[in-house]
Amino acid sequence: MSQREYLRQMPGQTGATLSPGLAMRLHLDAPLLAGLAVLMLGGLAVLYSAGGESMEIIVRQCVRFGAGLTALFLLAQIPPRSYRFWAPFLYTGGLALLVLVLIAGTEAKGAQRWLSIPGIGRFQPAEAMKLAVPAMVAWYFSERTLPPKLMDVLVALALLGVPAALIGMQPDLGTAILIAASGLVVLFMAGLSWRLIAVAVLLVVTAAPLMYFFVMHDYQRNRVDTFLNPEADPRGTGWNIIQSKTAIGSGGVDGKGWLDGTQSRLDFLPESSTDFILAVLSEEFGLLGVSVLLMIYLVIVGRGFFISWQAQETFSRLLASSLTMTFFIYIFVNIGMVSGLLPVVGVPLPLISYGGTSIVTLLASFGMLMSIHTHRRLMSY
Amino acid sequence: MRRPLTLKDHHHEQRIFSVRLVVAVFLVLLLTLILVSRMVWLQVIQHSRYTTLSDNNRVQTLAVSPPRGLITDRDGVILAENRPDFSLELIIEQAGDLDQLISELGKLIELDAGDLERFQKRRLTARRPWEPVPLRGRLSEEEIARLAVNQHRLPGIRISADPIRHYPHGILFSHVLGYVNRINAQDLEAMTLDEQRDYAGTHFYGRSGIERFYEDQLHGQVGYRQVETNARGRILRILEEQPPVPGEDLRLRLSMRVQKAAYEALGERRGAVVAIDPRDGSVLAFVSRPGFDPNLFVTGISYKDYSAYQGDPDNPLFNRALQGRYPPGSTIKPMLGIAGLDAGVTNWQRTISDPGYYQLENDPHRYRDWKRWGHGRVDLHKAVVQSCDTYFYDMGFKLGISRMHEYMTQFSLGAPTGIDLYNESSGIMPSKEWKRAYRNRPWFHGDTINASIGQGFVLATPLQLATATAITASHGKKVIPTLAGHTQPVARTEITLNDESNWEKMTDAMVSVTGPRGTARVMAVDAQYAIAAKSGTAQVFSVGQDETYNEDELAERMLDHALMVSFAPAEQPAIAVGVLVENGRHGGSTAGPVARQVMDAWLLSESGELDVPPVFEETPASPAEVSP
Repeated sequence: MSQREYLRQMPGQTGATLSPGLAMRLHLDAPLLAGLAVLMLGGLAVLYSAGGESMEIIVRQCVRFGAGLTALFLLAQIPPRSYRFWAPFLYTGGLALLVLVLIAGTEAKGAQRWLSIPGIGRFQPAEAMKLAVPAMVAWYFSERTLPPKLMDVLVALALLGVPAALIGMQPDLGTAILIAASGLVVLFMAGLSWRLIAVAVLLVVTAAPLMYFFVMHDYQRNRVDTFLNPEADPRGTGWNIIQSKTAIGSGGVDGKGWLDGTQSRLDFLPESSTDFILAVLSEEFGLLGVSVLLMIYLVIVGRGFFISWQAQETFSRLLASSLTMTFFIYIFVNIGMVSGLLPVVGVPLPLISYGGTSIVTLLASFGMLMSIHTHRRLMSY
Repeated sequence: MRRPLTLKDHHHEQRIFSVRLVVAVFLVLLLTLILVSRMVWLQVIQHSRYTTLSDNNRVQTLAVSPPRGLITDRDGVILAENRPDFSLELIIEQAGDLDQLISELGKLIELDAGDLERFQKRRLTARRPWEPVPLRGRLSEEEIARLAVNQHRLPGIRISADPIRHYPHGILFSHVLGYVNRINAQDLEAMTLDEQRDYAGTHFYGRSGIERFYEDQLHGQVGYRQVETNARGRILRILEEQPPVPGEDLRLRLSMRVQKAAYEALGERRGAVVAIDPRDGSVLAFVSRPGFDPNLFVTGISYKDYSAYQGDPDNPLFNRALQGRYPPGSTIKPMLGIAGLDAGVTNWQRTISDPGYYQLENDPHRYRDWKRWGHGRVDLHKAVVQSCDTYFYDMGFKLGISRMHEYMTQFSLGAPTGIDLYNESSGIMPSKEWKRAYRNRPWFHGDTINASIGQGFVLATPLQLATATAITASHGKKVIPTLAGHTQPVARTEITLNDESNWEKMTDAMVSVTGPRGTARVMAVDAQYAIAAKSGTAQVFSVGQDETYNEDELAERMLDHALMVSFAPAEQPAIAVGVLVENGRHGGSTAGPVARQVMDAWLLSESGELDVPPVFEETPASPAEVSP
């Protein structure tokens, strides 16, 4: 039985749009691709409304989708063992770039995130680290016996903590949190003992106030204050969250209709096409729209978990589950902040929010997932 | 890569991973459930609250102020109108560097400290984002052009046109029309809720004069416009509209012609002229000099202008005609004569001998006549014509203060005339009770004697003198002076005399005052109609017993006030005039000619023929003419 024939017989491999044979040959995963496509198309519709019916924005977003899909396709062709082999090098290189950003980065909106490379343009090394950090931690554990010993845990924490701290210093709290989370997920999936988890949770609870008073930047502290009491300064920093909740709440069950959301169309809602685009969706499509969106997200996340479960070696399993879970954390943090559950940290709604290199990174991470799924060997160890 | 030789247990690792994966799936489902619950909370349970918030965001109800009613004189000449005023406003959110913008603007147009102070104050009061803040009003066309040319480098500026009140004749009607100026928080606090709603879009409020008294009529009713705006406050569409009800136009009984004659006749002297048509109480002229320019007050008078008015010793902001209280002197002798006749203390035949003073029994004090050597034998007619003080001392003493007070009050002395203006002064017509209450002293005989010639405690406004004269001219009718018909209630009634012919006889005596031997002969020279008059002189500076004073030595402001009351034509009066000239010394020579010019303006046609105008009619027969 050839590898292809064997795979064809596996359950859950029938893609909706692409024939399994073709998808497999291209190292793509049809269900995942279908979910992403629906998400992106729906996202474009919302963006069209949020961006004030600007075709320019749509075209630019499509260009990004194109770049992301290209990255997805290319990364899907690379077998997981290459990722495993290259992980330490990518990680070390990324770390070096992060240091470089702090020294020679370009400033935008009060934060130093960009690295200008003459001839190529600007890019954010932090984005690459979104992939490199989970890969690195997964590599580390794939070289150890599991469940991890305390020493391994500390090493893993250092591996994810250093880049997260460097990114936090830019400062870019949202990305730092996401990167730290992606590493922590690996740690969790690797079998971090429940006792340690309990200790960690306790530590975080006690450390949070200390962070607030001694570590955070003023603008971050401002965000926390606003989160705790947005009405205290309705014209200033509380404006975003009040307007966003108003947009969501006024949408009701069935929404105001596409292109008819007054909050965003009349510019009451700031950042309506980027971080706060969920408010536009909620306003125009209501609870039904949000439910459909969450359903699509759950399908994608479910498929990701399925791929992790099917993965045949530790590195692949850990990486796949981390990428999937990080994708969900994106969703949770964004919706949480837009609906006023969480403080405002700059996390976009994946594949719906306009712009940012995050689209390319996200699609690239799905490329890695697909690679893991389509490069399985016949036999397990 | 070298590492300790521990065998990896793949099945164990997979089992751990599978458990963790299940936990992760549950975690994802749990967190998703939290998100869904949050959405249900916001979109279902709190839906109506957020719908309201969203509508409040976008839907604004704008009050549309009604255009203020115009004010015209009786012939339709416009006295108060609404004109567009161009003002410079700043949208702070668009301006960028505000200080720099203001300094740039300062190079293009004049901005004084007051403008900047008002701007900063308005900027800090509660306002919606993107709401423009006014910086300077009354832009000239040249300034507008200069701003327009430079607009590209002045972000956030806006030139808006709003109607503001304009008084085309400025100072001429200042004290009677009053003025409007910006409505303030205190004005609004004093209103009922309904009134406040009506003033929601209004920027101006009648502050004094006619503008204040007829505020309700002139203002009209507010309109509403429900609009949808974006976050920048730009109006995108009108959802609902209810147009305002414009204020009523007000046609005054004043006559431009007569007002102007009165104003010009007073010249640069301080004083007041009130002319009343005794047939219906219509106020034909109402002048107090010096006046002020009401247009300066409309958009907020500058500190400089205001302190100039405040510091002026001539007190131009003081309405002498309405609030100036002066001893009426001899001008009330005709009314006192009527009282004496009707009370029976004198008659036209009775005579007295005037040695130049009057003395009470058992009292050495001599109440002097203005004529040191006396008028000789005097009857009432002669006493009025020559203004004999001694005759009136005697008659007033016999009448007594109580009856004097009663009669004089019927002539509106010591009581408000009821004119349709606020803050009228009542003057003083003393009585025993009054003195007890206000001076805490008993009444003396001497007080009665002083009051008998309009001195002592007696004080009257020029408006009261004109009203008393109009009552005399109309043979006791209850004349209430009115500018636009809505007079205030008064306690007095029509005066009916025991012998109505006394009106005619008193008029005859007053006509003789302008005759060759009368004190007011100057004013009747070459008149085409008979004028009944009575002059008066009010002492500013009291002269001691047995003292004479040298007019030249007294400072101008210490000189006597000159007064004249008069009406004409004597047989069928169509105008009654009260004139006061501060420090004008002699009523006959100073105040008389003023009254004559006012009468001519009313009674003569343009060609100089006697042409008595008809009584005022509410609806003018001919369409209003436009002011030149």
